[in-house]
Amino acid sequence: MKRKKLFQGEGIVNFSSSLMAIIAGLLFGLIILLISNPSQAWNGFMMIIQGGFTDGISGIGNVLYTATPIIMTGLSVGFAFKTGLFNIGASGQFTMGAFAAVLVGVKMTFLPAGLHWVVALIAAMAAGAVWGFVPGLLKACLNVNEVISSIMMNYIGMYGVNMAIQEFCYDQVKNQSLPVAAGANLPRAGLDKLFPGTNLNTGILIAVIFAVIVYIVLNKTTFGYELKACGQNPSASKYAGINAKRNVILSMVIAGALAGLGGALLYLANSGRYLQVLDVIAAEGFNGIAVALLGLSNPIGILFAGLFIGHITVGGYNMQLFDFVPEVIDMIIAAIIYCGALSLLFKEMIHKFQQKRTKKSAANGKGDK
Amino acid sequence: MNTFYFVIQQTMFFAIPLLIVAIGGMYAERSGVINIALEGIMVMGAFTGIFFINIFQSSLSGQMLLLLAILVSGVTGGVFSLLHAFAAINMKADQTISGTALNMFAPAFAIFVARMIQGVQQIQFTDTFHISKVPVLGDIPIIGDLFFQNCYVTTYVGILIFIIATIVINNTRFGLRLRACGEHPGAADSVGVNVTKIRYAGTVISGILAGIGGLVFVIPTSTNFNGSVAGYGFLALAVLIFGQWRSGKIFFAAFFFGIMKTLASAYSAIPLLKDLPIPKDVYKMIPYIATLIILAFLSKNSQAPKAEGIPYDKGSR
Repeated sequence: MKRKKLFQGEGIVNFSSSLMAIIAGLLFGLIILLISNPSQAWNGFMMIIQGGFTDGISGIGNVLYTATPIIMTGLSVGFAFKTGLFNIGASGQFTMGAFAAVLVGVKMTFLPAGLHWVVALIAAMAAGAVWGFVPGLLKACLNVNEVISSIMMNYIGMYGVNMAIQEFCYDQVKNQSLPVAAGANLPRAGLDKLFPGTNLNTGILIAVIFAVIVYIVLNKTTFGYELKACGQNPSASKYAGINAKRNVILSMVIAGALAGLGGALLYLANSGRYLQVLDVIAAEGFNGIAVALLGLSNPIGILFAGLFIGHITVGGYNMQLFDFVPEVIDMIIAAIIYCGALSLLFKEMIHKFQQKRTKKSAANGKGDK
Repeated sequence: MNTFYFVIQQTMFFAIPLLIVAIGGMYAERSGVINIALEGIMVMGAFTGIFFINIFQSSLSGQMLLLLAILVSGVTGGVFSLLHAFAAINMKADQTISGTALNMFAPAFAIFVARMIQGVQQIQFTDTFHISKVPVLGDIPIIGDLFFQNCYVTTYVGILIFIIATIVINNTRFGLRLRACGEHPGAADSVGVNVTKIRYAGTVISGILAGIGGLVFVIPTSTNFNGSVAGYGFLALAVLIFGQWRSGKIFFAAFFFGIMKTLASAYSAIPLLKDLPIPKDVYKMIPYIATLIILAFLSKNSQAPKAEGIPYDKGSR
């Protein structure tokens, strides 16, 4: 019973530290709005807060649609975090996955409609996994810092995909990838009827399913336990006979596959989005870092964090009504990450305080209280 | 021969910002703070510097304006890096995360402010800084052609910064203390060195240099600033590791990358490369692939500062 109480306490501490980071980030956003245009600031800020709810049911649909890819990149970053790796390469893995999915969607038209999109998703996961494998291997065998190597992989992936698009599936007029075959688009399963006027499809359901799978893998399997052990104490886990090298590689491969799937879910949504041939790193990967930090690397937390970031992103678009630039959302997200980095410390402080109190009360013979 | 001159002159444009920023990174990391925020700080420095030029180019021009802009960029970078220093040193936060936050913040801030003030996100500037030939020095055969023609004053500022920074970190009391804080902060503290202060100094120096580096990168390579320094901060980190955190090696690493980048951006002007049937994106990928390969060879016996990235806790001394 005492144990249960402690767990509850921890949940509350985690949640409150995330909440604090969010509040601080939003306040920071409000200050920026106030400085840039005081008269409209409050209206703009309310737009951010209301987010998807401004447009009722279709707004909520838009939030779900916006959240889908960043939930996947968030899961990717969070999964790697659990193994003590910082997967800043989710952008590259995301781009590779998106390209693989689009390529399958454009080229493999001989596949039957029901199978086409499944193959595309699998291809995306494979491509993302390969892009995660390289930094994982370099880290495990050659001790290369995974942050630097995945940043390099981001750029290699971006230029590589730009080149490959022009080679294999190029729409010269629009400088983007060709549209995928109808069968490669994710089934809508009536979700577009439920949320009229949106591009919502089964992508969000797939993201939720994967969040649950990741949760089960991390918390209910030996493999997940080993991964977490490697992350928390590499020396101890090595001593316990866990193959740390294998786990580092596997962790990056899985993280890559998750991010790659995110790319597929975005670009197979039949929403008029195509892969652009631009020298820009995909922002979804960096938003994934924010999502993972907010969700404290917990898959279920990541699910809600992704929805929240989706929510304020939609709010950012709506805010353009008041002549604000949507980049303010990126600034808010950055501020949230920054405060998140600080609130890890805050969390620890509460934790220590709690421990002290339990010890004290135990010493006084009132352990049950 | 002209092609050779051209390549060397171009290499300066790419290598000097890398050199300045990597040297900045060296100061942060050898004091014990990982500064992954170099990219974001470069963006901030470039943004304020270019904005300064944009505002004052009607009343000032030429080298005076550029030197003032360098000053502005440096101050901005230094101030911006304080955020990272606060999180990393006082708050003992995860330095990679706080660095990532700054990296996300800077481009958004630059684009936001530019669009709020002038409507479009690109900030234009007129290049009045180009020096086609340095008087006297430019007339020296070969050396004059290589280093004193078709250049910018930023090249010499960069070299000057490099020389001063090298001397300071290797031959002064401050430099010794800074290196001690990166290797064994407990020992440094025990003989009365204020680790917090030194680490703040290291991080702020890295911010100042990264801010200057951002401006130095944008001036010769573009005529507007679009909220990005094209991953140069990250490349500078790679240069830092490639250079094994030692100033001399960083110098060579920076020029190695500078040549790589030059080939990527100017290959179409080099007859030999132009005729090869290789798509332009391959050239763009080469610096990053080369980085990966080099890191793979170098990381086994890395000479990274021992206490890098570990917040100093007095209690664990």
